[in-house]
Amino acid sequence: MFVFLLNRLWQSVILLIIVSIIGFTILNMIPGGPLSQYALDPGMTAADLERLKEQMGLNRPLPIQYLDWAWRMAGGDWGTSYRDGQPVTAVIGRHIFATLILMGSSMAISMALGTWIGIRGATHRYSIFDYTATVGAMVALSIPTFWFGLVGIYIFSLQLGWLPAGNMYTIGNETVLGYLQHLILPSLVLSLVHVAVWSRYMRTATLDVINQEFVRTARAKGVPEKRVLMKHVVGNALLPMITLAGMQLPQLLGGALVTETVFTWPGMGRLFLDSLGYSDYPVVMGLLMLSAILTLLGNLIADIVVSMVDPRIRLS
Amino acid sequence: MISAPASPAAAHEAALSINSLTVSLPKGMERGHAVRDISFDLIPGQILCIIGESGSGKSVTANAIMGLLPASIRVTSGAIRVGATDIMSIERSELRDMRGRIVSMIFQDPLSALNPLMTVGAQIVEVMTSHGVGTPSERRARAIELLTEVGLPEPSVMFNQYPFRLSGGQRQRVMIAMALALEPSVLIADEPTTALDVTTQAQILKLIRDIQRRKNMSVMFITHDFGVVAEIADSVVVMEKGSIVEQGGAEQVLKNPSHPYTKRLIASVPHMIGQDRTPLSASGAEPILRVQNLVKTYRSGSRLFGRERVVQAVNDVSFDLLPGRTLGVVGESGSGKSSLGRLLLKLMNSDSGKIIFEGQDIASMPEEKFRALRPKLQMIFQDPFASLNPRSTIGHILTVGPCAHGVPYEKAKADAQALLKQVGLDAGAFGRYPHEFSGGQRQRVGIARALMFKPKLLVADESVSALDVSIQAQILKLLEQIQRDTGVSMVFITHDLRVASQICDEIAVMQKGKIVERGPPSRIFLNPQSAYTRELVAAIPGEKPGV
Repeated sequence: MFVFLLNRLWQSVILLIIVSIIGFTILNMIPGGPLSQYALDPGMTAADLERLKEQMGLNRPLPIQYLDWAWRMAGGDWGTSYRDGQPVTAVIGRHIFATLILMGSSMAISMALGTWIGIRGATHRYSIFDYTATVGAMVALSIPTFWFGLVGIYIFSLQLGWLPAGNMYTIGNETVLGYLQHLILPSLVLSLVHVAVWSRYMRTATLDVINQEFVRTARAKGVPEKRVLMKHVVGNALLPMITLAGMQLPQLLGGALVTETVFTWPGMGRLFLDSLGYSDYPVVMGLLMLSAILTLLGNLIADIVVSMVDPRIRLS
Repeated sequence: MISAPASPAAAHEAALSINSLTVSLPKGMERGHAVRDISFDLIPGQILCIIGESGSGKSVTANAIMGLLPASIRVTSGAIRVGATDIMSIERSELRDMRGRIVSMIFQDPLSALNPLMTVGAQIVEVMTSHGVGTPSERRARAIELLTEVGLPEPSVMFNQYPFRLSGGQRQRVMIAMALALEPSVLIADEPTTALDVTTQAQILKLIRDIQRRKNMSVMFITHDFGVVAEIADSVVVMEKGSIVEQGGAEQVLKNPSHPYTKRLIASVPHMIGQDRTPLSASGAEPILRVQNLVKTYRSGSRLFGRERVVQAVNDVSFDLLPGRTLGVVGESGSGKSSLGRLLLKLMNSDSGKIIFEGQDIASMPEEKFRALRPKLQMIFQDPFASLNPRSTIGHILTVGPCAHGVPYEKAKADAQALLKQVGLDAGAFGRYPHEFSGGQRQRVGIARALMFKPKLLVADESVSALDVSIQAQILKLLEQIQRDTGVSMVFITHDLRVASQICDEIAVMQKGKIVERGPPSRIFLNPQSAYTRELVAAIPGEKPGV
């Protein structure tokens, strides 16, 4: 197990380096460069820009800039935002909480609901429930999220007036209830897609297991149907879902670009979009690295959990 | 052996009684009924064998008794009584309670019949928990007692093992322990030894018979193997296409079968032939294939961090094969016989040793050079379903190889049509797809494919193992005929000594990568020299060596 972890860690570091090089290169290939925002200021002269470049070390060759950035990064210094001069970590820190509750709540809903729909769809295959769930999932997957968002806002905020149309809280009313009210709509809209995906995977995983011989063995032993389903079928069907869940981790903190924009939610997705717009390279690179780290971490955690749950891996 | 006739008068005392049972299949299947109007009784304390080829409806019957039929298949008429209970009329919950307590079942494939995520002990305990029997500590004690009873080593350690750690035979013992947990009066065994090696099969058969005698249990044993029937049956039911064609005492059915189907089935069971074939070539001839000190080692795991697993798949194997002769390579799973076959055709590379084919060492030959020789060495595969591309016509399957080697299509087509006739298919098969053919017919296509190149050497890897016995007999006859017509040499790989004795001039017995014994069938069967061969021969069901 220790060897396995060490190996994975080593591979992860190499992967991170590759990702960062690709990200850094592409980012610097964008026309305009990091100082394009300053260049827009009519008060800026060419000499001013040169001085700025000098100050920020942007006149050095790209590989040197990368090495400098990577070295600091490894030491925990993620750089400073061009936009407001704050450390990148602080900027990310301000947005991460908003994303965490939005994505956390929506994923909790979608995993719980999706798992249930998936299992029921598999056990009642080709029933009305199964067909409805299948068609529903296809509809949810084919209609873009922003449309659901806008329709949701139109119905529940504009017409019915039940829920706020955007933002995370109303200034002056920063109670838990206030937060919750703001959370409901974006969280449900996001869940729609995730439930669809999750239920389809769960249905397939369950169907894979439900016809296996050990399930028939359990029935032949006289095990009650409920236990056959929960212990033998679902127990085995959840194994591949762990890996899938691990792959959701980067999303959990990476945020949802579209939904956050539609609902003016101050999360990571919007931060990424805004930072790109402002050519705020340090923040963009920071977010890129964060999502890369989370992807690797999510996979690693999933592998560890699977190996703990599955004796065939744990003991071999 | 006691053979009690299954008379209707005995019905009230039968442990299990099937009366005019008909189970219908969903529309669009080959036939409307899985089983039609079948009746038989299982006399208490007896072993009743139900024998039939694939599709005869024997497994459906077993599942109907357990109430485990899939929803699309239903019992349309008839009665199933277990003891005094009519299981057709009881509630689902009562039926559930009967399973495992009054009727237990064990299945064919012990590798997939156990939950991979639960320990062996937990799965045995579950039987008792599900029927509300005993306290947790009593259940545990009982489970360990059962593991002891089925002859598993270190039962208290075994209790905490996961199934993947166990061999096939051990898993089947666990299945039996599970089935016996609540001392059921009826045990249904659905081909419980089919997936096992012959020595393991012999042990499991003995175990089932011993337990049946000790507990005076009634066993309904489903099999396709008359050898197995001869080993354990008190009475026999023969099924064909969903109907019972014959039933009676084991002795009577085996010795004096009355129905033509039974006669045909018994006649096609391969028997050990103690007599050697008349070789097609003189013994002084130059060998076509000469294998010298062939070695192949599989390595898995990391060499860097220790824990490397090394398996000697083929360990210092040498033999000669004369033109027109057949060498049988016999062994149990893991003996290295299939690896040897793959090495001979250079489907994988050997570590060391020589394979001299027509005077050239092909083991060390680079792939580009060997390509020209490849047509001369062909393989016939085991699974006639997986080895033909379902999206290609038979014609394409047969001609694509020769065309790739530069034969003009028209010529290849003519060859293919002639070969189809030779392997017993009509020339119209050329334009059809594999799914339109039965397993036996597909295997004929597989043979035709190998013959397209006019090979000098055929390697047949378990080529008849997946087939029903009657089909098996036909394919063996076909191979024999082809050898006589073309003079091709054959390496015939099989786990079945009986089959090997039918077709081989010489047999090599493999164990753990080594050839432990080599000789003509007569010597291997009648006077085996090594202990392992003796064990193998003794394990063959339904055969008394030398008789």
